[in-house]
Amino acid sequence: MNAIPGRIAPAPLLSVEGLTKWYGHVLGCRDVAFDLRPGEVLGIVGESGSGKTTLLNCISGKLTPTAGEVRFDTRRFGLTDIYGLSEPDRRRMQREEWGFVHQNPRDGLRMRVSGGANVAEPLMNLGARHYGQMRQSTIDWLDRVELDTRRIDDKPRNFSGGMQQRIQVARNLIHGPRLVFMDEPTGGLDVSVQARLLDLLRELVRDLGLAVIIVTHDMAVARLMADRLMVMKGGEVVETGLTDQVLDDPQHPYTQLLVSSVLQI
Amino acid sequence: MTDKPLIIVEDLAKTFVLHNAEQATIPVFQDLTLQVAAGECVVLAGESGVGKSTLMRSIFGNYLPTVGSVKVWHDGTYVDITQASPHEVLEVRRRTLGYVSQFLRVIPRVPTLQLVMEPLLENGVSFEESKERASELLSALRLPQAHWDLPPATFSGGEQQRVNIARSFIRKYPVLLLDEPTASLDAENRAIVVRLIQEALAEGAAMIGIFHDLDVRDAVASRLFEVAQFKAAA
Repeated sequence: MNAIPGRIAPAPLLSVEGLTKWYGHVLGCRDVAFDLRPGEVLGIVGESGSGKTTLLNCISGKLTPTAGEVRFDTRRFGLTDIYGLSEPDRRRMQREEWGFVHQNPRDGLRMRVSGGANVAEPLMNLGARHYGQMRQSTIDWLDRVELDTRRIDDKPRNFSGGMQQRIQVARNLIHGPRLVFMDEPTGGLDVSVQARLLDLLRELVRDLGLAVIIVTHDMAVARLMADRLMVMKGGEVVETGLTDQVLDDPQHPYTQLLVSSVLQI
Repeated sequence: MTDKPLIIVEDLAKTFVLHNAEQATIPVFQDLTLQVAAGECVVLAGESGVGKSTLMRSIFGNYLPTVGSVKVWHDGTYVDITQASPHEVLEVRRRTLGYVSQFLRVIPRVPTLQLVMEPLLENGVSFEESKERASELLSALRLPQAHWDLPPATFSGGEQQRVNIARSFIRKYPVLLLDEPTASLDAENRAIVVRLIQEALAEGAAMIGIFHDLDVRDAVASRLFEVAQFKAAA
């Protein structure tokens, strides 16, 4: 009844099952399960301390979960539990196939090398050695994230917060990842800069067909970016569904509270 | 074209439960059944608060019905919107199910022309063709050309409404939901929208509409559907 014929449902890009993280006796997140399809944008929402970032870190291979599996459709090994890979294999897969945009650009950039070098570095890590080609590719990406390409050799600290975030976005997309994690990517920016960056992200995600997992506490960001949402409270997923359905007709008491607490302007 | 109904609503009920208002429950409708065939425009009737928009949003997948099913004919089969996964609903919306709401949800910074082109671009139509069709439609809806490169956030209600209409009529959606599409339009623009609706019906679209303007309603309705007959007991 629900299958859409003529299109064989592609295998999931990412499949998470029973994911649980305890910090000693303190719960980070419990029993999280979901599939992500190629090109799908999943938003994880919830208040501070609800376990969003713990979950993101477990999924993205930064934090070993206490229990559960994170299976990713790797190019080299197919659908594989990333924590079953050897450390070098996992790191290589992360470098080649993933991107991670941090809330604070300082966590995602190397502040001592130029903006251009930051953008080009992932290419070099993947074995590119032709300096001219890398520079051209960097210029293309700076242009794509609407940065002045003449500033390619400036250090990140000489860019504004919004510009630093654009450098970070370029650095995380230049190598053609299939899955990008974003942790409050517009969190530290003022609203006008935030709107521009969101619009840019939205366009890039659509044009590149990227799968994205984006963590945000901002319902407006969630509505703009995500196809579907997972609402977290106290380390557990309390509601999931199509983004506009979760926001316009929330079912769980906590989601109702969250949505009704948004200030209108 | 198929002779099957394009929309089948069966035994649908919707009750809102407000957990943070002492568990208040607001029953809207129950056991609601409705079918809409190709070329038919069913107009939802009844006074404000009877649940017309709630029914429409439940059909679009924006609201989650309490029980029942909403089947939409998509790609040669019925997809139950109430059970389908998010990506399936999005796919049905992209290709089959259009929706004109009363208000435009503005995306910051995106210019009007591009907003109107989007449904075509998402369906693989070339940029040039999309741009040409969007321009034609915005001209037909008499939106001043000076506005086309501006995001519609600052437009008047009537102008935003026309951008919204252009977005939904730029493609021939087989199924269209119209929630007061002419509410803030003047007589001339209303007539243009009535013509767009009639053309789409003639080409076999199935529609469910809410129209408070009786002239518009009479011009497009195949039949009226009283939502109040399925009023849920409080």
